This record gives sequence, C-alpha cells and structure tokens, in this order.
Amino acid sequence: MAPIVTVNDLHYAYPPVLPGGAPVSVLRGVSLTLEKGTCLALLGPTGAGKSTLCLCLNGTIPHLVGGTFSGQVSIAGVDTRDVKTGELSQTVGLVFQDPESQLFTMSVADEVAFGLEGLALPPREIEKRVSESLAVLGITHLSARSPLELSGGEQQRVALAAALALRPQVLVLDEPTASLDPVGKASVLEAVKQLRDERGITIFWITQDIDAVPGIADHVAVLVDGRIALQGPPRHVLGRRHDLESWGLRAPQMVELASRFNERWDNDALWMTVDEAEEALERRLREDRG
Amino acid sequence: MAEAALELLRCSYRYEGGLPALDSVTCTVEEGSWTALVGQNGSGKTTLAKLCNGLLRPQEGDVHVMGEPVGDRTVGDLAQDVGYLFQNPDHQLFASTVRDEIEFGLRNLGYPAYERDRRLRQALAAFGLERYAEHPPAVLGFGLRRQVTLASLFALRPPILILDEPTTGLDWGRALALLQRLRKLQESGHTVVLITHQMRLVAEWADHVLVLHRGRLVAEGPPRSILSSPGVMRRASLSPPPITELSRRLSHLGLPDDCTTVDALLESIARQRARVREEES
Repeated sequence: MAPIVTVNDLHYAYPPVLPGGAPVSVLRGVSLTLEKGTCLALLGPTGAGKSTLCLCLNGTIPHLVGGTFSGQVSIAGVDTRDVKTGELSQTVGLVFQDPESQLFTMSVADEVAFGLEGLALPPREIEKRVSESLAVLGITHLSARSPLELSGGEQQRVALAAALALRPQVLVLDEPTASLDPVGKASVLEAVKQLRDERGITIFWITQDIDAVPGIADHVAVLVDGRIALQGPPRHVLGRRHDLESWGLRAPQMVELASRFNERWDNDALWMTVDEAEEALERRLREDRG
Repeated sequence: MAEAALELLRCSYRYEGGLPALDSVTCTVEEGSWTALVGQNGSGKTTLAKLCNGLLRPQEGDVHVMGEPVGDRTVGDLAQDVGYLFQNPDHQLFASTVRDEIEFGLRNLGYPAYERDRRLRQALAAFGLERYAEHPPAVLGFGLRRQVTLASLFALRPPILILDEPTTGLDWGRALALLQRLRKLQESGHTVVLITHQMRLVAEWADHVLVLHRGRLVAEGPPRSILSSPGVMRRASLSPPPITELSRRLSHLGLPDDCTTVDALLESIARQRARVREEES
C-alpha cells in the first residue's frame, strides 16, 4: 500500500526576516513516509524545523508563506503544490500547542461547526458531524459552553473535535499537550490514540514529552538542523540515549535507567516501559541471591 | 533555621465572579531553597506567584518578602527582590528589539550604562542570543522568545526567582542549561521557585515541594516523600515520574519503595547488591 504521507527531499527557506536580509533556510533535505493509520512522533531540538515541517504538510507552506521550496510533499497521493490549502484542510487537520490561540467562537458546538460552515455543507450534515465529533472526543456535555471557560485539556479536545469534523485522513499535532497538566495531557493522548485505533486516522505528532512517546508512537523520527538525523521503530530511536542527548533531547526515563544500569554493571539492557524494567530487574536481583 | 524568602499567611484571593483561586494558604519558601510549586491547571499556582511579586494583592491575609510585609510596595519596587517569569513569553515581551527588552529592567532599576552593557552582553551570550540582539522579539520562534524573557530576568539577578513553566517549549538541552544556571544562582544564595507540571524535573532538582489543589495547600515536603505518596498524587491529580511506579513494584525485593529519580534507584540497587554479597561471604 502506498504511504499516505510522503516527504521527499524537502528543502525550504523562509523569506528574509528583515528587509534586505538573507532567506532563512530551515529544512535541508527532509525525507520520510507515513503509513495510513499509524502514529509518527517527531522529536527535535528547538529551532530544528519541526513546526515548519507541519506547515508544509497542510500546504500553508508554500501557498501562504512564500519562500523557497523544493522537493515534494504529497498527502494521499496529491502533491501539496497542486491543490489549494482550503482543499487540503479536508485531508490534513492541524492542532497547535496553545489551545486559546485557535478557539474563538462563543460555544464549543460553534467552534466545531466553524470549519464545516466554510465548506458550505447542508445544515443537517453540519449538525450530524458536530455531534459525532463531540461524541468521539467525549465532550458532548460541553457543547453549549464557551471554549474560553474550559480547562486546557478540554480546549485541546475541542480543537481536535473541530479538526476531526472535517474528516481528515491525517492529523498534524504540534506539541498538543505542552501547556497541559497531567490530567489534561492524559485525556488528550487517550483521544489521539483512539482516533488512530478506531478511526484509522494517521497521526503526525510533534512532542517534547519523551516519556509519553513509547506508549503511543509506531514510528519515531528525529529532526536536527533541518534534516532527519534518525528514524525507525521507537526502540531503535529512543534506545539511543547518548545520540538523543547530543541532539539536545532526553531519553525516556526507563531508557536512561537501562543505559546507566549498563554503564555501572556492564550489561546490554534496553527498557522502554516500567513493565520491561520491572521484569528484568526482578530477574537480576533474584539471580544475585542465587 | 533558614530565613523565609517568601511567606504567605492565610492568603485568599478570588477573581471577580469566580471560585476562590487561593483559599487561606499559609506557606513558607526558605531563602536559598529550590522550591517546586505543583498542581493542576487552575490550582492556584500562578495566583500565588502573582501575590509574591505584587501583581495581585491578597484580599485576606499577608505576604512577606525577604522578611518584610509587602504592604503597598509597588510592582516595580518588588521587582528588585522578586523576578517573575511569565508562563507565556508574549505576556512580557514588548520592546522593539531583544537588546531593549533585556535592558528595560536594568534601566528601571537605575543601573549605569557600563553596568547595563556588561550585563546585557553576559545575558545575550548566556542564552545564545548574540546574533538576535537587534531583532524584534516578535519575529523569533517560541523557544527563542522564551530565551529572551529568561535573559531579561537573569540580567536583573533578583534574590528570588519565580519561574512559571520555564521549560515549556524548550528542548532538553536548553532546559538542562537553564536548570544548571538556576542551580548556580541557588548556590550563590538566590531562592528559586519553579512552577512546573514536569514531575521528573521536580524529583531531580527541587529540595522542597508545595502542592496546591483547588486553591488550597494540600501537601508539602521533600520531593521524594511527596512524589512517592500515591495519596498526595491522586488528591492533586498529578502523575509522578515512571520510576516511582517501578520503585514501588520492586520494593518486595528489599529495595526502598520511594525512589523518584534514576540516581536514587541505582544507588538502592547498588546497596542491595553489596548487602547480598556481604551475606554470602
């Protein structure tokens, strides 16, 4: 099956920041593919180009921003340069870090309906999609409330519902849990997992929350200075603690534990989850006792 | 006993038309400590911080800063004692260049030009901002805008630093550099108050934790006992670092059940192995 997202040798530079300045080169040859219904976690230090890559996936770049673009981005077989961003918005949904910056209507239901109204769908269809999206995200009870009076976790689920109502095949999430507390974060990540597992939606997930990655991602890529420095299955990427640290990233806590255990007791363990670490350490400590 | 850098006595605050954001909170931040302030969104963390720097005044109760009641000291005056980093950098960036932004506070406090210049250059270098000095902060990415607000705060070197989610939007390399810089300031006598949701950082860096829930102080103590207490974590809707769960699960093998950092668990394993070897020989 053909991948749903293909990025091929993508180079991109923003127009100069200051008049007369040089273009700002951000992406320098990015290639990656994403299979339908899977979740890719994109890691990378500040300024690596992660958010820029997001904007390339929904066509904001190059359509609305300008700059110098070469290489190719295709979503569901369509080159992003060949379609308008309005059309792409029905294939690719985007959710940002700061929920308040993307919510602006009087009620949750209006918020979710907003994008649909732009598509000139019949009112009955809009109503159906709004209630369906609210139900999927578990926020039907909030439908009459003002988005501004909700908690951060609830606001992000409203943003996800608004994106979902457009029936996208791909959801691009730019640090969707960065400003949330643990409860809000758990509710959003649970919703994301459900969208992938039950709706087959492909997830492109930028995050700094490394300890949440092993539980969700099918695939992990690391963007460093505009290039993919490493990609592969979560164990393959997240297990490389020293590489991650050299790129300004941190390994998951269980990986750090395994790595430092190895350094101390000359071992070659790799643990991603608490379960794995528990099993291995329990065995080890029992062996000590003979 | 150490002196109190900050002291809140039965402080309450209610935003107009809302529930109490702080409800009779009494707590102390010791001078020279690294205190973490944790709790869900809306638990009152930011409100508490704003009472300490004078942006808000308690409707009941008293706030003392460096042993003196805040009384009617102005925000500008309190800024000499309490530096405050907003959660959202855009709430405190307003100058037209990064240079002006960092110099603003120094001017306000009346530093002479040579001292302003010295501190400006230091702050630019420390936060990797040299090549952005003449840029408007608004054109920089989130991570860099965060660095600008940090640089402005560090240039002033106030005795008490309150940082509201300073690592959000920073990668680990930059977060670590920031934490190490805060540690150096702490070692030279500054008091650090860190507001964060990242319990892994709390466990590794703080020496005292204040837990807020719905405007009340529900627990306080050293990170190891606070984060390893399932009751406190549940009550405040927080989740401890993964290693806490591992430590609990391994405790039946003779390891302590309250390790909250990789260091602590590895030390316990080493001690356990040494003990077993001793018993055998």
